[in-house]
Amino acid sequence: MIEYIPILVLLCFAILIAVLIVGASHLLGHRISRKAKLSTYECGMQTIGPTRMKMNIRYYIIAMLFLIFDIEIMFLYPWALVTGGLKMFGFVEMLIFVAVLFVGYLYVWKKGALEWE
Amino acid sequence: MVVMKPELAFGWIIPEIVITLSAVFILLLSAFRRKNDIGRLAGGVSLIGAGLALFFTCRLWNSDIDIYNGLYTIDNFGLFFKALVLVISLLVTLLSLRYVEREEMIKGEYYALLLFGILGMMIMVSSNHFVTIFIGLEVMSIAIYVLCGLLIGNPRSAEASLKYFLLGAFATAFLLYGIALIYGTTGILDVREIARYVTSGNFLITPAFMAGMALLIVGFGFKTASVPFHMWTPDVYEGAPTSITAYMATGVKAAAFGAFLRVFYTALYPFLTEWSGMLWVIAVLTMTLGNITALMQNDIKRMLAYSSIAHAGYILIAFAVGDRIFSASILFYLLVYTFMNIGAFAVVILLGRKEAPNTGIESYAGLATRHPMIALAMSVFLLSLAGVPPLAGFMGKFYVLSDAIKAGYYWLAIIGVLNSVVAVYYYLRVIMYMYFKEPEGEIGRMDLSPAYAVVIVISIWALIHMGIFPRSFLLIARESVNIFM
Amino acid sequence: MDALGFKFILFMITALVVIVSSILMATRKNPIHSALWMIVTFFAMAVIYLLLNAQFIAVAQVMVYAGAIMMLILFVIMMVNMDKGDEKDTTKAPWSFGKKMAAALLMVILLVELLFGALFYRMTARVGDYPADAVAAAGNAKTVGALLYGQYLFPFEVASILLLIGIVGAVVIAKRNK
Repeated sequence: MIEYIPILVLLCFAILIAVLIVGASHLLGHRISRKAKLSTYECGMQTIGPTRMKMNIRYYIIAMLFLIFDIEIMFLYPWALVTGGLKMFGFVEMLIFVAVLFVGYLYVWKKGALEWE
Repeated sequence: MVVMKPELAFGWIIPEIVITLSAVFILLLSAFRRKNDIGRLAGGVSLIGAGLALFFTCRLWNSDIDIYNGLYTIDNFGLFFKALVLVISLLVTLLSLRYVEREEMIKGEYYALLLFGILGMMIMVSSNHFVTIFIGLEVMSIAIYVLCGLLIGNPRSAEASLKYFLLGAFATAFLLYGIALIYGTTGILDVREIARYVTSGNFLITPAFMAGMALLIVGFGFKTASVPFHMWTPDVYEGAPTSITAYMATGVKAAAFGAFLRVFYTALYPFLTEWSGMLWVIAVLTMTLGNITALMQNDIKRMLAYSSIAHAGYILIAFAVGDRIFSASILFYLLVYTFMNIGAFAVVILLGRKEAPNTGIESYAGLATRHPMIALAMSVFLLSLAGVPPLAGFMGKFYVLSDAIKAGYYWLAIIGVLNSVVAVYYYLRVIMYMYFKEPEGEIGRMDLSPAYAVVIVISIWALIHMGIFPRSFLLIARESVNIFM
Repeated sequence: MDALGFKFILFMITALVVIVSSILMATRKNPIHSALWMIVTFFAMAVIYLLLNAQFIAVAQVMVYAGAIMMLILFVIMMVNMDKGDEKDTTKAPWSFGKKMAAALLMVILLVELLFGALFYRMTARVGDYPADAVAAAGNAKTVGALLYGQYLFPFEVASILLLIGIVGAVVIAKRNK
């Protein structure tokens, strides 16, 4: 557990700095309250209709694909640690794993799921 | 840290490799061919792949070996179920050839996911290790969640997919929690090792272990559509593409019962008295609720969904009896059930049209005068589902119920018989519509392509053959369950 | 303060954070707030994994769950219609007294069961091949690697097919051809 002390120290510093900056601007800053300041935007047009809109589903595809390849990378890390002892065997087993996901990549690419259109 | 390198035992998993390669080939085909005209080629490839895999599976019969450090097992029990799901995939692919054209589905991915689903089923039934069983179950489930939603533009299909996905994810979590509790209380993931450890005298049964067992029943109960974990079944079966409904009703059920049986008849067999009572109640509820609700259905797909729930109940009779030799009748029942259900769904597909699925019972009115052969085929399937003697459905029920009587579970047998009597009503109702009602609308020409005809003829032949000569099939089932001895 | 006491206190704090943040997650009206509380839960879970000496799982938890899956959840929340997000849902009738009581009863039964299980918990398991000292000596990620790429190779390869199905499923469902 002792090896996590630096992380804890870092965390404390990060919190401290964040609190300091926000607190300092809160205490020292010069504030003027006007009506215009409370309106939705200070520049541009008045918003029409609801501000929340539906996101395009393409974001979802990209996020999903990112997630899957993210998991693939997660698997690579412990493999890298033991691959020295596994020699060729380790290389081939990871090759099969990556090859299957490469099929997935080819599929995504050729289907045009990565294009924004 | 010593790495336990597994041996390279590719010879034993040729069926799995063949299925994977066919699926990957179809996937790449659909990616590199922009046009959606690969239906025939993809269908052909998956037929050849499944056929080859079936051939290699049968060649492996009578082998009993653990490979990959005990993570995968080739034994007769697994091979029986593998052969069964491969037969299912062949029949469903044949059904799909014209169906995907008619419904204008995405073809490449359809066949690829169908094969991946089969791969998952094959993996989950042939392992004695919880990790492999679980990952096989996930491969199967995720492929089917997607397959349910492939009728793009049809809200019912999307609903089916979403519903099955959400509830399925929940059920998977239950199953995983059960596995975790059993692992936590025994420290072992191999089902045979668990059986050895719990009987060795060092083990003490705790509430945590019991809870694990109950959670496993919930997880498998969901996949086999047993009451009270059946809520998803009618909606999903109704909304999914009909070929996928046939696939789910037979394949998923067979694979789930396979894994269920293996886990409970090896790892948890020493606790038979504990789980047998639980399954007794579930069996009675499943049969009764399935049959009584089926009585009120006017949609044939919903009726078949409730009928499939009821059939899970009959299978659970033999399961709850808990005799290892008698479990052969479960395997026989699943085999019979496959043919009668796929046959019935084939007729449902035949009657459907792109614009109108024609699944209401009134669509069947007067079918006998227009298309006597189809009406006859449907009658055979329905009578077999009802359990009318010369057909195989009767033999399946007969073995299950006689097991219950032999083991002294008289009440269970009586409830089973009463339920079969109730079930006759709703099957006969469809037959009555076909033969004695005036047709209400014009259905039009039937698309009797050879693919449909082959499925229907094979199913009828299998039902009659297994109904008259059930012995040899039962013996094969006996050989499969020998691994429990 | 000895290491064990420190660990215990840390565990108590993180466990409390997990429970409180997951309750908050389940009770927020605004789904975005729920998602944010879920991130807190995920991070606190990662700390618990660290306390159990499972560093690899902890990193995976932060990367995959708190990172990628959270992003996905936020996209999904934004994708569905959010107009009525924080308004009260008037289409559904409030739960009747009986329903509320049934839910409360179920909750009590589950809690009692949990308590029962915890009270009567006995260490019945066989000692495994990887006790904590051995894992700590070799390094957690290395142990995971040795197991995953040795003994558990077969399920690992099947996992790649699982991921492939995930890719195909995402593209098929979300992409509109034509």
